[in-house]
Amino acid sequence: MLQQSSLTMKNVAIAGEEIESQKSRGSNADRIFRIVTASFAGAVLVILLIMVYEMVMQSVPSITKFHWDFLTKSSWDAVQGEFGALPFLYGSVVSSALAILVATPLSVGTALFITEIAPKSVGNITASLIELLAAIPSVIYGLWGVLVMAPWLQKTVQPWLVDHFGSTPFFSGAPYGVSMMAGVLILAIMIVPIITSISREVLLAVPQSQREAAIALGATKWEMIRMAVLPYGRSGVFGGVILGLGRAIGETMAVTMVIGNTPQISLSLLAPAYTMPSVIANEFAEATSNLHSSALMEVGLLLLIVTLIINVFARLLIWKVTKGAKGGGV
Amino acid sequence: MLRKLSLLVAACLLTSAALASAETLINGAGATFPYPLYSKWFSEYAKIDPTSKFNYQSIGSGGGIKQITAQTVDFGASDKFLSDEELKAAPGKLLHIPTVMGAVVVTYNLPGIPKGLKLSSEDVANIFLGKITKWNDKRIVDDNPGINLPDKAIIVVHRSDGSGTTSIFTDYLNGVNAEWAQKVGKGASVKWPVGLGGKGNEGVAGQIKTTQYSLGYLELAYAFENKLPYATLKNKAGSWVEPSIQSTSAAAAAAIKHMPADYRISLVNQPAKEAYPIVGFTWLLVYQDQKDKAKGKKLVEFLSWSLHKGQKMAAPMLYAPLPESVVKMVDNTIKSIK
Repeated sequence: MLQQSSLTMKNVAIAGEEIESQKSRGSNADRIFRIVTASFAGAVLVILLIMVYEMVMQSVPSITKFHWDFLTKSSWDAVQGEFGALPFLYGSVVSSALAILVATPLSVGTALFITEIAPKSVGNITASLIELLAAIPSVIYGLWGVLVMAPWLQKTVQPWLVDHFGSTPFFSGAPYGVSMMAGVLILAIMIVPIITSISREVLLAVPQSQREAAIALGATKWEMIRMAVLPYGRSGVFGGVILGLGRAIGETMAVTMVIGNTPQISLSLLAPAYTMPSVIANEFAEATSNLHSSALMEVGLLLLIVTLIINVFARLLIWKVTKGAKGGGV
Repeated sequence: MLRKLSLLVAACLLTSAALASAETLINGAGATFPYPLYSKWFSEYAKIDPTSKFNYQSIGSGGGIKQITAQTVDFGASDKFLSDEELKAAPGKLLHIPTVMGAVVVTYNLPGIPKGLKLSSEDVANIFLGKITKWNDKRIVDDNPGINLPDKAIIVVHRSDGSGTTSIFTDYLNGVNAEWAQKVGKGASVKWPVGLGGKGNEGVAGQIKTTQYSLGYLELAYAFENKLPYATLKNKAGSWVEPSIQSTSAAAAAAIKHMPADYRISLVNQPAKEAYPIVGFTWLLVYQDQKDKAKGKKLVEFLSWSLHKGQKMAAPMLYAPLPESVVKMVDNTIKSIK
């Protein structure tokens, strides 16, 4: 035993000498490493800048022709060469926002069930099943949406909504199945795994001592979750929600298949709508006129700007929330 | 062991290099509609001439036109013909080579009426304009004696993605209805007055299958393969015509008298009795003056094969072959490629 430890000591000493002797070479390696990693990070930035530059340049014919009308007009007519992107902007923002509203409570609830309530084995199985959902390609969600979910909505859910809430503007009109509602639901299903797995990680990181302290003070399980667990994980859960929002606003395929692809602005959730990524995916391949592809490029630019605004807004929100939080951030 | 392995790798590299030098790689891009047939052609042709290798990317007609104009591919493919302006933008003389024909059917979902619906072209236009809204509209009922049409709203479904199918269909509506021509026009994507948009043939078919009382349009091949109901239409000559390979080919045969030398012609609404009204060519786009003469020669050989042997593979795959009269014309056009 003693012999062994003295041997280790000796090894450490040798290693130390080696490091000493390589110091000059080592600092050189450090510098190279720094330069290499910095150039990798820089490359990402450069690629982004090139992309933005290219998109702006390609959008120029559309920008110079329509100016602000592009954002305020709702007529999208490739034959006449009139392009107004307002319905797409509306469709993207509303569908993503509503999807977040549906998915957040579902996801946080699921994460709490996995981390706080379910026995460990059940929790693990649930968690891996949910992560499996995240691996399903979006076109599969889309096909399922158009072949299974939309007919179900049309035959069961939407007629009921029309009967009971048809007088409100939100559920007026004929039930088609494919609609803003179908788009929102498919998006919600798709982002639940993201928000759930991030929330789960965050909640798992809440120190056991927090929970024990709450229990020791006589808290029930619900009170412990509300007072000790959730405040601690708040900023992390928010981060998960923002990632989900990012996925929702950029999602193309699944939404395109169920939202009805009609460029109109309607308060009714039963009416078909259209989103920015959908119109690009739908029309870009066959856009033969210069103005048409330029207008689609400008929609892409708009999507980038909207995503950027949401991200900045989300950062500010997280920053504010973390400042107010009593527990530690993640 | 390692030495053996490296020898093997070297041998592989050498043989593949030798193969590559003997092969001519011909690149093409464009329309998605004829892609299944083209890929069948390429694989069959590889058995006849193993030295020609074709690489076709079905990125859509718009992309095909862009790429052949930019000369990044050896041939383009499109479901719509180029405008004079687009032809001028190309760096050389671009030829349109018609390969096969496609047709568009009007499909529907009416419980209890699996087939036999008849629609006049005027009615089809009015449905898509939103002027006929109910199935039991007098104008539809009059053409369908003996069929009990329901008092239900017609749910119109159209393609949301830009496509050659939409091009042909709107071209047809444009020809039969003045109001459509003035309000909407024709194109790969148009501003639809009514209806829901489905992505791709599968999107439209999916919505129609699952939505009762709906009506839409689909590529003929897609509707036939999936056994979807289709309407019999009244053509320009006033006769009722079912969509089929024969009635599609008949439209091109009917147009032979005024077939322009560059094949840039719309085939919808031909006046012949047996011609189905919603029909169009699909073209390959090839430069008359080939920069790489050896490659050009290979391309001509393939085109000529596709025009004769290849045509026989069209009908089993539900594409309408070119009628004999058109084949003769195209033969001469292909010979003009240098």
